[in-house]
Amino acid sequence: MLAAILASGLAVGAVYALIGVTYNVMFSASRVMSFTSGQLGMLGGVLGAMFIARLGLPSLLGLAATLACCAAVGVLTEIVAVRPVLKSLEQHLYVLSTLALALMIQQVTAIEWSTEPQPFPRLFGIGDGGPTDEKFWLPLLACAVVVVGLELLYRRTLVGRAFLAIAEDNFAARALGLPERNLRMASYALAGVIGGLAGFASGQLLLAFFANGSMLNFYGFVPVALGGMGNNRGAIASGLALGVFQQAANFLVGGVFASVAVFTVFIVVLLVAPQGLMGSPSVRRV
Amino acid sequence: MRAVLPFLLVLAAALVLPHVTNDYWVLIATRAAIYWVLVSGLNLVVGFAGQLAIGWVALLTLGAYTTSVLVAGTVTPAVPPLLALGAAGGVGAVFGVVVGLPALRLRTFYFAMTTLGFATIVTQVALAWQSVTGGGIGVAGPVLPAPFDTSYGFYLFCLGLAALCTWMTANAAHSRFGRSLVAIRDAEVAAESIGIAKAGLLVTVFLFSGALAAIAGGLFATLQSYITPDAFTFDLSVLFFIAILIGGRGSVLGPLLATIILTVLPEFAAPLVAWSTFLYAALLLVIVLAVPGGIAALLDLGRRRPLESNRAIVPRPELLPGILDHGRAPSPILLRGVVLSFGGVRAIDGLDLTIDPGQVHGLIGPNGSGKTTTLNVICGFNAPEVGGVTLDGAPLLAGAPQTRAARGIARTFQTPRLIGEASVLDNVMVGGTIAGQGSFVESLLRLPRHHRDEAKAREAALLALRCVGLEMLAPVRADRLQHSELRFLEIARALMLRPRFLLLDEPAAGLSAEEIRRLGGLVTAIARCGTGVLLVEHHADLIFDICDQVTVLNLGRELAAGTPAEIRAHKEVVSAYLGA
Repeated sequence: MLAAILASGLAVGAVYALIGVTYNVMFSASRVMSFTSGQLGMLGGVLGAMFIARLGLPSLLGLAATLACCAAVGVLTEIVAVRPVLKSLEQHLYVLSTLALALMIQQVTAIEWSTEPQPFPRLFGIGDGGPTDEKFWLPLLACAVVVVGLELLYRRTLVGRAFLAIAEDNFAARALGLPERNLRMASYALAGVIGGLAGFASGQLLLAFFANGSMLNFYGFVPVALGGMGNNRGAIASGLALGVFQQAANFLVGGVFASVAVFTVFIVVLLVAPQGLMGSPSVRRV
Repeated sequence: MRAVLPFLLVLAAALVLPHVTNDYWVLIATRAAIYWVLVSGLNLVVGFAGQLAIGWVALLTLGAYTTSVLVAGTVTPAVPPLLALGAAGGVGAVFGVVVGLPALRLRTFYFAMTTLGFATIVTQVALAWQSVTGGGIGVAGPVLPAPFDTSYGFYLFCLGLAALCTWMTANAAHSRFGRSLVAIRDAEVAAESIGIAKAGLLVTVFLFSGALAAIAGGLFATLQSYITPDAFTFDLSVLFFIAILIGGRGSVLGPLLATIILTVLPEFAAPLVAWSTFLYAALLLVIVLAVPGGIAALLDLGRRRPLESNRAIVPRPELLPGILDHGRAPSPILLRGVVLSFGGVRAIDGLDLTIDPGQVHGLIGPNGSGKTTTLNVICGFNAPEVGGVTLDGAPLLAGAPQTRAARGIARTFQTPRLIGEASVLDNVMVGGTIAGQGSFVESLLRLPRHHRDEAKAREAALLALRCVGLEMLAPVRADRLQHSELRFLEIARALMLRPRFLLLDEPAAGLSAEEIRRLGGLVTAIARCGTGVLLVEHHADLIFDICDQVTVLNLGRELAAGTPAEIRAHKEVVSAYLGA
């Protein structure tokens, strides 16, 4: 049983962590938390199932097409819901504009795809449903790929450094002549790819289901809140811990109380440490 | 009267409706009335206090199940429907606070998320707690006793309740509580300085809003006659939330119209029903991007008259004794050995300062010398590491800005912090919040103390506006004013506290030479009424004209202190700051 808890816990935890990173990548580029983050995870699963199972594309091509579409949704988020409200960040209009876009994405998926969970195709056919099944390690693999990929991007490439510069000090970065708008759009595309990858890798675990979007919105936000906004390491660690905690509670006390437990922990931690466990204190107000 | 007319028209239309249409439309109208019972309460949370509670459907669910289960008598002895409805209101009030409590500590997006999470969990619990809620099979909704058991009777019941809710929330909106909520939303820092107790006020509003939402839930269960967790989709929450934003923040009429429109809209186009959520979401996006003010702003735009373009601010300091009638304050504000650093920078480095009553005390110095930080320490926004501030021998609590108003300390801000969407008069009246004596319930029901509070506040605000010379602009929305007028408006708001001490943070910035001269006259007159004034300024002329005492700061320390004449002759000050 321990193996089962760990396998499924780490698997869903990896998905939550990746959605958390999706939030963070968008946040770093624009100081905006976007409700489309969870929807990108949902789209990764739905589009993967559509390209591979319905349209019969090979797995790799299906993955590429899924990620491309999710990147496009990321850019769409930036153009439609983020850029117009950036000027009045303190009014928090982005909460509403990204919520609106997220609901539109979810509703279109429900109507055009299905309101029932649909199966996601097997990719490698490894495992028989036990703790070593591919549906459990694929999300972890995706998580590792993203961690290594982001690390390389941020440390080894000029574009990655530019991302960091924007996240650190937007005004200074613009004063240095960095193309802030293009970098922001690139960040949103990158966030789309990460979210899409999370959804694609967890397709067999969570199925291709339109309602996964709002579920992932919440459970993906918890690691961000616990780890501190914009803190990727915090998000990954908290995400994995959250997954294991949730699955353990799931096995021990049953599904409903598992979500109540997660919610309670979330609220309590936030009330005790509003900046997250690894976040930095807020700026002065007057 | 003109403000009440639209509401009466809506009510009249609602009363006529059953006689000119069929049962189906009565059903739709009943649903709109029930939704409005919830939305009217939520409006105070979202539209007035600006808290993004997007998961309020959870309280509707809670109320629906509480009422149904109590009436069915499966868990408890069967309870009469109307009593059950009341009980649901009580449960809703408690959970309204539970859901709302995180708002006191968390930032916007976090709060939106917690309400969203709560909405998800309530549905899951309803699904899983089969012994009580019937799980996926559901429970029968309550039936109200005669004469409300027919569809017409039930409609009238809901309509009556909706009308009552409209009246109560409109009363709250036009009381000091409504103004305080808007101040928390648009000018939180200023609200704290005025002495508005955010926590208490929000808890009150969450109680009220939660109770209304749960009562609406009970009625919703009656209307549905059978409820399952499926009936409470997140789409409903979106409808409630969007109705308020489309209607316009800080308005009661706007959200009322929007609730009716959004309820009726899908009926006109049957194929749209599947797409209704998409439609609502698209509408939300359009509203946010194109008309952030909603219907209310459009109505307001239609009513606007152009303002006189070459108007001047003419303060009337001779009226000041009417407000500042407390005489000379008995003792000074004392700062002793204050040290405060931000990171590695010592913003204040061992400062002693005495602000005497009845005098204008200038605080000058180069940028970054710690002037505003000193002001923030006095006002409680920054807590010093060493040293403290005392008044009347009692310390001023560090890090608690909301306690300053009661001690008679008022301030203005470097960037005016006002409520752009409220009228000039309301902006001033909000300054007198702590003088009010009536409770929230008294304001809801328009009891005598509410009227007395309102009349007093209005009278005082008009006098304050006359003192600073803005009485002509009283009914105008504050976001239409010029920058210089905003500065005088902040002073008028500060006067509402009848302050013993008034702290002005660069009040002359952005003013013309003539306006600075008038400001100087006003500030001097305020000091002559016995109020101690601390003036942080860069305009050396103004400082030397009106100050009795001047302190010069440099790198968080006192560089010099004395009368204007002494400072002007001080060598170091001249070389470090004033220039030859």
